[in-house]
Amino acid sequence: MSTASQTTPRIAPGRAGVKKELPDRFKDYRHVWVFLELERGNVHPVSFELLGEGRKLADKLEVQLAGVVLGPPGEMVEDAVAEAFAYGADLVYIVDAPPLADYRNEPFAKALTDLVNTHKPEILLLGATTLGRDLAGSVATTLQTGLTADCTELDVDSDGSLAATRPTFGGSLLCTIYTLNYRPQMATVRPRVMPMPQRVDKPVGRVMRHKLSLVEDDIVTKVLGFLPDNQSAMANLAYADVVVAGGLGLGAAENLQLVKNLARAIGAEHGCSRPLVQKGWMPADRQIGQTGKTIRPKLYIAAGISGAIQHRVGVEGADLIVAINTDPNAPIFEFAHLGIVTDAIRFLPALTEAFTRRLSPHSRDKLAS
Amino acid sequence: MHIVICIKQVPDSAQIRVHPVTNTIMRQGVPTIINPYDLFALEEALKLRDVHGGEVTVLTMGPPMAEDSLRKALGYGADRAVLLTDRYFAGSDTLATSFALSQAIAKIGETFGRPDIVFTGKQTIDGDTAQVGPGIAKRLDLSQLTYVAKIASIDLKTREIEVARRAEGGTQLLKSRLPCLITMLEDTNEIRRGSLQQALCAARSQVVKWTAADAGIDDLTRCGLRGSPTVVKRVFAPTARAESAAQIDTAERGLQDIADELIADILTRRPALEHELAFNSGT
Repeated sequence: MSTASQTTPRIAPGRAGVKKELPDRFKDYRHVWVFLELERGNVHPVSFELLGEGRKLADKLEVQLAGVVLGPPGEMVEDAVAEAFAYGADLVYIVDAPPLADYRNEPFAKALTDLVNTHKPEILLLGATTLGRDLAGSVATTLQTGLTADCTELDVDSDGSLAATRPTFGGSLLCTIYTLNYRPQMATVRPRVMPMPQRVDKPVGRVMRHKLSLVEDDIVTKVLGFLPDNQSAMANLAYADVVVAGGLGLGAAENLQLVKNLARAIGAEHGCSRPLVQKGWMPADRQIGQTGKTIRPKLYIAAGISGAIQHRVGVEGADLIVAINTDPNAPIFEFAHLGIVTDAIRFLPALTEAFTRRLSPHSRDKLAS
Repeated sequence: MHIVICIKQVPDSAQIRVHPVTNTIMRQGVPTIINPYDLFALEEALKLRDVHGGEVTVLTMGPPMAEDSLRKALGYGADRAVLLTDRYFAGSDTLATSFALSQAIAKIGETFGRPDIVFTGKQTIDGDTAQVGPGIAKRLDLSQLTYVAKIASIDLKTREIEVARRAEGGTQLLKSRLPCLITMLEDTNEIRRGSLQQALCAARSQVVKWTAADAGIDDLTRCGLRGSPTVVKRVFAPTARAESAAQIDTAERGLQDIADELIADILTRRPALEHELAFNSGT
């Protein structure tokens, strides 16, 4: 038996052994599409981040980059179209109809599915927001194609396939996923995972306008209202410039006050690692990491956070990472830029005081000017 | 009313370790749990049953040992448990999973009564894709209500349901119709403690076990590896940054001293921050 296994050629385990045999019906699928998410008049920033990423993929494949805008007829859609071109689209597909005024799965899924079936893109990217995930899941099911969620890296292989990398096993490892024999290859990316590309004012290019093949009466779900988040109460971690976060090293829920104090002193948002949310020490909207918020601040200070991979993938985009931890072997020191091996509970008050001393004259100047 | 809730047995990710040398997952001895997000859906299903009457059927697809999670769900008070288990399901991605589950839900409908609501958790903690719920909704033509924070009302006569759902930048209030699929948001309720009687019941009751054929699945090419359009090509550990963190020396120094050095270091590396921080704290 043991000799038999030695002579058997090694077959890649599981699905990795699948070969690319793209059926004829998919051979004319071309170009890269990015779905632009409209949020009460504004394009969600994740859509621009995706246009930046889509541009790179399209250039590698030597194909065009198209934006997809779904919304009510009028200024909102026209503005979004202009933005799509400014962030790198070569052309834009529009479906504008009154039922697309507020997001609902039915009309949006119908509009996007019909567009894909008509124009046949090879790659379709969406933001991994509540809207994007709601939409992508049903569109991929209708199209019977592969969808890779929450990618942290997108690339094109030597044979032109989309290589979508995402964390796996609760964020402890990364895996690269392909949709070899189906089209389009769909992927979602969370806000802030990709950098924001440069905006360049450009004239509006080619626009393809389509009708929605549904009317309001066909749609089961109705929107009764919308309650905007109270911005002061809801954390806007993902887009904060400075973030301070605490982890299990803080030892007790009340020590999170030290994190909040420092954050207040330097005008930062505060957050925490996953175990603290699981312990109920902080609400889920403050969680930083793969299953929480991905952040790209200019400065990130992590206090008492060990730096598990699922946390790492959520903060790696920060310009400067400062780690405070008692354990010199904590993984966070492998990806932080500045490290201090000390007890965060004692150090945070000292740092808060030092910052306050250093920054307050400037703050006064700022307020006076 | 009849409610079906889909759960998944997952490894307790807090306890997964990666082998330091080979970078492979050490699966041995990792305890399994019901996906924590599913418990919010299960509690919501049980609450609705308490108010409106009817039955809660809990469904999972997985290896035979996933029966443990079904028994736990029965212990919380679910009325019936169905385990969809077959080697043909091995290697399913989200598309193949939603196919198998939707076939099983259709079969549950034929066998035990058509469900009014199908629940899932918002996502799982091992896959984190949040795709299976929408996949089931699409395949069974159910109204899709994801990230539901609150079920405001259900009228079984008019078949109308009103929910509050988490959306980008706020909460959307939606009115829809049964049957629907709801993915429940986290922290919306707390799973009850099952009664002693329910625990005894759970231990005694039969878990319904279905193979692909039992669930009425004829087309096995749509299951498991063969039915999965996505292919995992490579699993790997992330590479470390070329240099590890520059450590600030802490030996025999006062905390204020260290703090001052840290701030100086931060501002040397990112001079623009001084302006930024001052501006932030000044407003």
